[in-house]
Amino acid sequence: MFDYTFQWRQAYRHLPRMLEGALVTLEIAVLSLVIGITIAVLLAVARDSKSIWLRAPATAWVEVARNTPALFQIYMAHFGLGSFGIYLSPYVALLAGIAFNNAGYLCETFRGALRAIPQTQTRAGRSLGMGQAQTFRLILMPQMFRISFLPTTNQMVWAILMTSLGVTVGMATDLTGITQNLNARTFRTFELFAMAAVLYYLIAKAVMLAARLIAWRLFRY
Amino acid sequence: MIEIEKVYKSFGKLEVLKGVDLTVARGEVVSIIGGSGSGKSTLLTCINGLEPIQSGHIRIDGTDVHARSTDLNKLRRKVGIVFQQFNAFPHLSVLDNVTLAPRKVLGMSRAEAEEIAVRQLSHVGLADKLKVYPSRLSGGQQQRMAIARALAMSPQYMLFDEVTSALDPLLVGEVLDTLKMLAEEGMTMICVTHEMTFARDVSQRVAFFHQGILAEIGPPEQIFGAPQHLETQKFLSNVR
Amino acid sequence: MFDTAMTWNDLMFMLRGAGVTLWITAIAVGGGTALGLVFGVMRSALSPWVTWPLAFVLDVLRSVPLLIQLVLANSFQAIAGFGWSPFVTSCVGLALYTAALCTEVVRGAILSVPETTRRAARSLGMTWAQDQTQIVFPMALRVGLPSWINLTLGVMKDSALVLWLGIIELLRASQILVTRLQEPMFILLVAGAIYFLISFPVARFGERLEKRWREHD
Repeated sequence: MFDYTFQWRQAYRHLPRMLEGALVTLEIAVLSLVIGITIAVLLAVARDSKSIWLRAPATAWVEVARNTPALFQIYMAHFGLGSFGIYLSPYVALLAGIAFNNAGYLCETFRGALRAIPQTQTRAGRSLGMGQAQTFRLILMPQMFRISFLPTTNQMVWAILMTSLGVTVGMATDLTGITQNLNARTFRTFELFAMAAVLYYLIAKAVMLAARLIAWRLFRY
Repeated sequence: MIEIEKVYKSFGKLEVLKGVDLTVARGEVVSIIGGSGSGKSTLLTCINGLEPIQSGHIRIDGTDVHARSTDLNKLRRKVGIVFQQFNAFPHLSVLDNVTLAPRKVLGMSRAEAEEIAVRQLSHVGLADKLKVYPSRLSGGQQQRMAIARALAMSPQYMLFDEVTSALDPLLVGEVLDTLKMLAEEGMTMICVTHEMTFARDVSQRVAFFHQGILAEIGPPEQIFGAPQHLETQKFLSNVR
Repeated sequence: MFDTAMTWNDLMFMLRGAGVTLWITAIAVGGGTALGLVFGVMRSALSPWVTWPLAFVLDVLRSVPLLIQLVLANSFQAIAGFGWSPFVTSCVGLALYTAALCTEVVRGAILSVPETTRRAARSLGMTWAQDQTQIVFPMALRVGLPSWINLTLGVMKDSALVLWLGIIELLRASQILVTRLQEPMFILLVAGAIYFLISFPVARFGERLEKRWREHD
């Protein structure tokens, strides 16, 4: 059945290149998460605002992000914007697509967390003379981040997995992109992609571990 | 001076306050007693503008709390409130709980704010808990911290909303002692309470609330010794 | 905006792509759910000392990008001489991926049934199997079904990745049209709308279900 000789040694030689790709993967994931969190906080506020002009676009963002494929969102950034003469590089398009997706999902996570904080916390803040924005920033937001820490960590892992989609829009410097390029030159598909799989697994585990350390440092209470 | 004049307040169709009049002078301690749902807690949240009112006026040192032009954030610095739920900020240490508002609202430096906070926390007997997070405190300690937090803003009036109701019976004493101490220092206080002994011993006047109306008010000797109103008599014979 | 070179034929082409998307999703979710049920019950009933190899494999499937898994599956079937078509490979790959996610849904749902309830059932003289089918399963279903609906929608969206193996599903169909008609925004918007119209109502239904069941508790 297997008249195929695995050539792990040959694939293994490419490890340094692939590790460089892993760094780019991590970089995009971290950036997309930071951008995603920032936008998600704004979306969460907008979605519960009284003004329809804030609520409607925020709701649209969230629903599109959650009800269409991530790959579609990346395609929109890469191909779709071309209709308006905006041509994003694969890197930027990938980053924009994932950040868009992260923001949509995290917005709902944050809203759930905000609802889990007792109303009385807001009252306590306001009764000390803090304004609405101050109360949100100083009292609600820190607690919101804590409650949603685990789902946010999961979103980070999703972001790492999503970076692999970049190859479909020509991304060549992340882990999947580099693996694909090596594959096109050497045709050791199974060996190379198996190595990539191991690296992705290790990145995901490292991120989970790092998150646990951060949580332990950050949430002393 | 806090002046409450013909205040009506309702939540949707439910009328909670039906024309309440009450004036509290500087340095006075007034206790409000009454059955649950009589509107007494709601009155406190209306006094510092956390809840809007439908009609009437509440004035604090002449400023109308519910006027559009009133800066509520500024007004609330003058009026501290402590709630039944302790409302500790769980993500901040005891010290940071108390310094937060002085720093962010009054714009004090950290050093200034901490000096005040340490003084207030020592005052309520929590000097040894500065670096501890609220989750490590007992209910009574959390409540005393909440009092120190309100006092750190140097308010001229303090509102206490059933501050001992959520506490274990064993811990009620320490919080009431703190309130007594404040009263003796001359703080102007309105206390909604179920602790009749406290109301009798500490307040200059006791007000009895019944179904959104201030049914009877007078010195403790009168309210507890010779209540005029039928409902007051009923209520007091039930709690004894 | 509506001045487009896209014809009804092109739209039909996209809808056929959407059909492929749904078809692959159905097969993958069907197979994946069957496996996920078995694995989930195993993982909740047996000691972790026994199930750790399974747990590890499922964890890998959840931590490695689906695209990489699909490439590996395709390359493996070629090496092993299975001679599978890209369609079969895609279905198998997606089904395994679904199974890994579904196992967690099933396990979480079963673990959500309080131990005391189960003890009560057993103390009434029910057997393990009776306890599972009469007590645990109906209770777990309420917790698990909304998550399972989300999972299904997730797989539907993730199924777009099979385009990498050359399958013309909805997104690939749109890409072909984009190349031909050079109207990327318009065509992608149509594709997005189709995805949205499939996903959104189902997602809303799931949310309703979750809310209704929570209220009855």
